[in-house]
Amino acid sequence: MDVRLSPEQQALRDSVRQVVEHHGPKAVGQLDDDERKGKLDAAVAASGWRELRIAIDDSRQPLASAVEAAVVAEELGRALADASFVGPTLAADLRRLAGIDPAAGVETVALTTDLATLAPATGGSLDAAALAIDASGAGAALAAVPGDGATTLATVAVTADPVLVDLTRPGVVLDPGAAATPVEGGRPIGADDLTRWQALALALACADLVGVMRGAVELSTEYAKGRQQYGVVIGSFQAVQHLLADAFVLMEGSRSAALHAAWAVDALEPAEALAAAAVAKAYSARAARTVCETAIQVHGGIGNTWECLAHVYLRRALLSTDLLGGTGPNLARVLTHHGIGGN
Amino acid sequence: MDFGDSPDEAAFRGRLREWLVDNNPGLGASSTSDEYWEGQAGWHQSLYDAGFFGMSWPKEIGGQGLGTVYEVIVDEELAAAGAPPRPSLGYLVVGINHHGNDDIRTRFLPGIVNGRDRWCQGFSEPDAGSDLASLRTRAERDGDDFVITGHKVWTSYSDQAEWCLVLARTDHDVPKHKGISAFAVPMDQPGKIEQRPLPMINGVTREFGEVIFDGARVPAANMIGQPGEGWPLAMTVVSHEREPGELGFVSRYRKTVKELVKAAKADPGRLDGDSASELAWAIVETEMLRLHVSRRLSDRLDGINHGPEGSVDKLLMTWTEQTVGHAAVDIAGAGHDGGDDSMFKTYLYSRAQSVMGGTSQIQRNLVAQRILGLPNR
Repeated sequence: MDVRLSPEQQALRDSVRQVVEHHGPKAVGQLDDDERKGKLDAAVAASGWRELRIAIDDSRQPLASAVEAAVVAEELGRALADASFVGPTLAADLRRLAGIDPAAGVETVALTTDLATLAPATGGSLDAAALAIDASGAGAALAAVPGDGATTLATVAVTADPVLVDLTRPGVVLDPGAAATPVEGGRPIGADDLTRWQALALALACADLVGVMRGAVELSTEYAKGRQQYGVVIGSFQAVQHLLADAFVLMEGSRSAALHAAWAVDALEPAEALAAAAVAKAYSARAARTVCETAIQVHGGIGNTWECLAHVYLRRALLSTDLLGGTGPNLARVLTHHGIGGN
Repeated sequence: MDFGDSPDEAAFRGRLREWLVDNNPGLGASSTSDEYWEGQAGWHQSLYDAGFFGMSWPKEIGGQGLGTVYEVIVDEELAAAGAPPRPSLGYLVVGINHHGNDDIRTRFLPGIVNGRDRWCQGFSEPDAGSDLASLRTRAERDGDDFVITGHKVWTSYSDQAEWCLVLARTDHDVPKHKGISAFAVPMDQPGKIEQRPLPMINGVTREFGEVIFDGARVPAANMIGQPGEGWPLAMTVVSHEREPGELGFVSRYRKTVKELVKAAKADPGRLDGDSASELAWAIVETEMLRLHVSRRLSDRLDGINHGPEGSVDKLLMTWTEQTVGHAAVDIAGAGHDGGDDSMFKTYLYSRAQSVMGGTSQIQRNLVAQRILGLPNR
């Protein structure tokens, strides 16, 4: 056992930090700066991070493990990076599992509107309304065509105006009955592979949550060091210190579980990988809500204004929380894994 | 990054698992039963003799000289087998090894590690709790000895101990942190050392005690470290106590959770929405803590050690123990019918975790000031 990031993983982390340092949004106003956003997207596209989960060759092995993808996700979350990553990574992984070539342009995944699972498409169209997640720059989204114990893929065009709950990662609503074009070639994705994909989706959401928490703690700690009341900085008050200390500790605990979930995606049996992801997701989803709410509280009145970045962290956390289920569904997964409940 | 076992680690795990089949004493946990203490010495010695204790401590003091990951494996396998946790003595070993001279190390450490000598910790006093440095127990030089007078509380296992690690004031003319020294005091001094148990809220009598030193004698050669080194030693010890990886507490929580899962499966009717959720959180947090310990112990490979991160770990450990406690009392009940109340005792004991080894409030101060860099006023 050695849970440290390898030198290569550390280098990957540092290169993500460099990109977001240059091109990431530093204030709410910069979220509308299309020139900056274009540069960030170009840098992410050039980096190859969205292709970490494409097949390395005919063996269907991914180019990089889920740990590398999680390292990228964490740093992008920390910096509130408004370029797509998790969606395209999940789409690439589906194509790999189906033995299909990577998409030509940016492609994401289409989920049911509660974000619980891949959107089903039968008879050449979506069964119900769906949501293309993390769809910045995406022209298409992958939906699932349920088959006999196996799943195949179909693409749906992403054309409508984005919905911005998470101000950094727009979703695009896909209408019920929208055309879903089967992806030719490849093979059906079996239940085990689909379980592993779920584990990857949860693990990347956890990594994003950890990054969001780190960013939110950093933002509010800096604020508490500068904001003065009663003639002293508010960060010198124990009441404020304890809020921030709890937030930091929640982030650290989440990180330990999230790293394990990322490792488990490729290293453990599918059911174990999903259980590891469920543990991490339940813990980090609950933690992220507390941490982001703390960030708003520490900022006081300013924290409740649109121009403060604190709510951007909270909004981003809510999308990652809902991706394949927040605390409730994942606590249920944990109990089921231990042979309890299951209904 | 790899959470899995190396071949050596896997082989060790296999040996331990096999050994546990025949050597699990089936004791309860320290926190809930006085019976545990009857059997604790035997369990410690049995683990030690089989090579499963003191995994990461140096060989010259009786340790196994292996990596800290082996402590994790021991904890995991003890929990999986439902065996009692390993005795948590790391604080003593690290404190004495770090601050004692060769003579002290040679005389005391092997007996601590092999479980033949019992120790207790004389730090806190009635008027020196969180503010430990204001302690008033005195040690005055008298020939080759020091003479100790004072009152210590929360001295766990004082009724069993042959030795007490005592912090006492040796210099009254310097700032309070600078005038404290540490001693290895022999406990068998009738009339000069009196100890009595302080029953805890769960009724356990052997874990808490108080000790009155009334002219107790200790050879000057039993001073650990230099005169005035008591405070740094205390800081080494308490930061060590804050690390769940050192205490083996993860295995205690896992053992409880395992029993709760078993009870829930045997009688699904006892779970309602709330208690099912409590149980799920107990599983989740216990697993998080196990993984967190793995991560911390890996960080050690870079030489990161005993810094303020211990306060992060202590808070995570406390939250986990108290979540497990809530699940325990919700699922197993308080024993109103006079039945098995071990889970109720587990719950009550969990309230101590946010006090011992430094309160959660002190830990938050340390995280805020030493890690986040917020100012102390």
